[in-house]
Amino acid sequence: MVDVVIIGAGVTGCAVARFLSAYKGSFVVMERNEDVCTGTSKANSAIIHAGFDAAHGSLMAKYNILGNRMYPALSKELDFAYKNNGSLVLALSDEDIPKLEALMENGIKNGVQGLEIVDKKRLKELEPSVGHVPVAALYAPTAGIVCPFGATIAFAENACANGVEFCFDTEVKGITPGTDDEGKPCWVIQTAEGAVRTRAVVNAAGVYSDILHNMVSSQKIQIIPRKGDYLLLDRRTGGYVKHTVFQVPGKYGKGVLVSPTVHGNTIIGPTAEDIDDKEGVDTTSEGFDDLMEKAGLAFDDLPLRDVITSFAGLRAHEARHDFILGEVADAPLFFDCAGIESPGLTAAPAIGEEIAREVAEKLGLPANEGFVATRKGFTDPKSMSQEELSALIARSPEYGRIVCRCEQVSEGEIREAIRRPIGARSLDGVKRRVRAGMGRCQAGFCSPRIMDILAEEWGVDVADITKSGGHSEVIVGFVKDRM
Amino acid sequence: MEQKAYHLIIIGGGPAGLSAAVAAYDAGERSILILERDTRLGGILNQCIHNGFGLHTFQEELTGPEYAQRFIDQVKDRNIDYKLDTMVLSISKGEGNAKQVVAVNEADGLMQLTADALVLAMGCRERSRGALNIPGFRPAGIFSAGTAQRLVNIEGYLPGRRVVILGSGDIGLIMARRMTLEGAKVLVCAELMPYSGGLKRNIVQCLDDFDIPLKLSHTVVRIEGKERVEAVVIAEVGPDRKPIKGTEERYECDTLLLSVGLLPENELTIGLEADMSRVTNGPLVNESLETSIPGVFAAGNVLHVHDLVDYVSEEAHLAGESAAAYIASLEAGNGPVPHAGVLITFSGGVRYTVPATADVSRIEKWLKIRYRVGDVMTNRVVSLYLNGNRVLTKKRRVMAPGEMEELVLLKKQVEEYPVVESMEIRIEEDKA
Repeated sequence: MVDVVIIGAGVTGCAVARFLSAYKGSFVVMERNEDVCTGTSKANSAIIHAGFDAAHGSLMAKYNILGNRMYPALSKELDFAYKNNGSLVLALSDEDIPKLEALMENGIKNGVQGLEIVDKKRLKELEPSVGHVPVAALYAPTAGIVCPFGATIAFAENACANGVEFCFDTEVKGITPGTDDEGKPCWVIQTAEGAVRTRAVVNAAGVYSDILHNMVSSQKIQIIPRKGDYLLLDRRTGGYVKHTVFQVPGKYGKGVLVSPTVHGNTIIGPTAEDIDDKEGVDTTSEGFDDLMEKAGLAFDDLPLRDVITSFAGLRAHEARHDFILGEVADAPLFFDCAGIESPGLTAAPAIGEEIAREVAEKLGLPANEGFVATRKGFTDPKSMSQEELSALIARSPEYGRIVCRCEQVSEGEIREAIRRPIGARSLDGVKRRVRAGMGRCQAGFCSPRIMDILAEEWGVDVADITKSGGHSEVIVGFVKDRM
Repeated sequence: MEQKAYHLIIIGGGPAGLSAAVAAYDAGERSILILERDTRLGGILNQCIHNGFGLHTFQEELTGPEYAQRFIDQVKDRNIDYKLDTMVLSISKGEGNAKQVVAVNEADGLMQLTADALVLAMGCRERSRGALNIPGFRPAGIFSAGTAQRLVNIEGYLPGRRVVILGSGDIGLIMARRMTLEGAKVLVCAELMPYSGGLKRNIVQCLDDFDIPLKLSHTVVRIEGKERVEAVVIAEVGPDRKPIKGTEERYECDTLLLSVGLLPENELTIGLEADMSRVTNGPLVNESLETSIPGVFAAGNVLHVHDLVDYVSEEAHLAGESAAAYIASLEAGNGPVPHAGVLITFSGGVRYTVPATADVSRIEKWLKIRYRVGDVMTNRVVSLYLNGNRVLTKKRRVMAPGEMEELVLLKKQVEEYPVVESMEIRIEEDKA
């Protein structure tokens, strides 16, 4: 019997877990995949929205603003990469200017600070790379960019350090009402490993949150996966754009954005296509063409020959286009965090804080007196002075052995990514934590070495090492093994 | 932090770096350091266990490791210093003519090294799936051919059992044979272009001999499988290289190998702000293989991608000798020799030349100009013009983008041109 089961280890589930760990109780995060941050949280624009475009009065607007204000301090407290770079929404013609004005008005109502409509000249000063088409822009100085892996892993590690248990490869098959040992009502969660009884449930299952919700409630919801293709450019394009550059919203959301990432890459995306498959993260050539065409409206000379990878992510879109948050009316102590699409990454800490507070209040959980609010991030040799780095290598020589040459990631960093409390178990797990394999050769050189390190650290056969859990084994066997 | 000064630092201990080191030593230079990021010297040759190396250099057929060992032995015989498992983090211009190299390894930690001259010999990397924008899922089982080669030949791992290959570069062709010999079934090799990117001998020996079909003007239009590759769909492409609807063929497989081009690995060179070629992705060099930064030389696949290692060794030999001459000139108090080169221009289908510029007054015996063509061509005459006068012609029955071409200009051919104002390579149809 536990107090709370959180289903889903994406950014929302991990944020709930982190804030819940400030209370005293027994908390379990169940995740169907092998790691945190494997669904919507890993494949998105990685931006912290200012909050001007969510409809005034919506939950999206409320939590966007709250989340946006939390990130600067939270990124220091939990030591993950965040940068306040500001955003621009471009008007591509004079007809678009009233749309900018409407956005600004909505933003002011939402409580966004510092919004300003800038003319072409000032736009060029702010963002010199912008092309000849845009005529004006809405400037939002409070927007930012974040490493979504870094934030999710930070929430999870901090939650773990404060006593939250994480169960990976654990898919929830069913949720039914039951009773605890004292005969009080509780929830019974069925997994392949058996049943777990819990007083409360938090549903943070991303594109699957409708399935879980509909297991317990008569008021059905439907999550439609809305797919977005992205292109990621080489770090050598770093500095091409300084701000996150949107175009005025069309009927499919915010349109194509071009943004720097916190690691110095440039990201272009997303497209928007509603699909049926909740795992349908396949990219299409039509998607790529669409991105290049739309991004080409904002910039004349995008360095598209520096694309190093492309990917697709799914937004958990709900028909009413708002977050569904809080206790479900006909399912006591079952809390939804559903329909978390953009600006979900921005909103996540605010949602986490609020849901944790609600759950703790309903369960009467006292404060966790031993709660540690801070967390130290991964050792980052690249941020060190030469003296600091020399001292580190003298102490731990494996930090002097570079394994991933493109991102200059050392063996020490890779071993640390694996040895941490919620350690990486796959090539993608290592990549999301310390960027080995994230660079321009896309793991061509370093993957054999990282496989060996993973096998050594986990004490398993190298043939069992996967790209991303499940049956994504990298190799199928050994040479001459069928002779 | 360790600080040391050398006359010459060579970045990369593969075939180019080794040959440059030996040549510089034999030209009299004794203060040489080779920095190699892998655990052994020899570079990518160590995973090329097939034969066919060394026909030009040693007049015999060697495997990759055997070829490398010949040069490793020469380096060791000369007691040339090298550091393994050592990553160069940055290179930059120091005071005066000095160059600074920041490198790191486990034993020495962070090192700040200085040198009078550098030879860049970092080699190349493979173009990845991402750079091609191949649509579909992103499961396990997609490898660049060189990664698969390392897994099989160095690690002893089998990357897959049913294989589709995209691209007909030499490594892909070699791996088609290698995977077959390991018991895998190679279903097809698809090539986007209407001609192969690899050497003719590899098509014959690695595909034809094993009945592996080569489908020219085809590409991958879809990758299926969410965890591991389950199928790959290929389609024919039209003259615009776009897939033709209705020509799709689906191959059930667990592996996709990519052999779609090599990219010189020049992040350090770019950091040094040397002038770069948009065609080769390598630095622009003069007849001494010196980049736009005096005293910094480049050779091998970091300069432009080669198809034969023999040519890499030969090119790197020149870079090593040039570096030694540069150092000798500094030592003699003469400073860097001023360079008065002209741009080598070209027409008729040449994509680039190495060198990009030449100062013919500096030619000792001959100048070798290497180039590639952009398309398959038959019955051509290649000519070199100095100041508009044809000084050299060469008949070529067939030229293809996959095979590097060369012209050799002898010193005696330029002697009647004390002032060279223009230098042009022209490919023309052979009407004879």
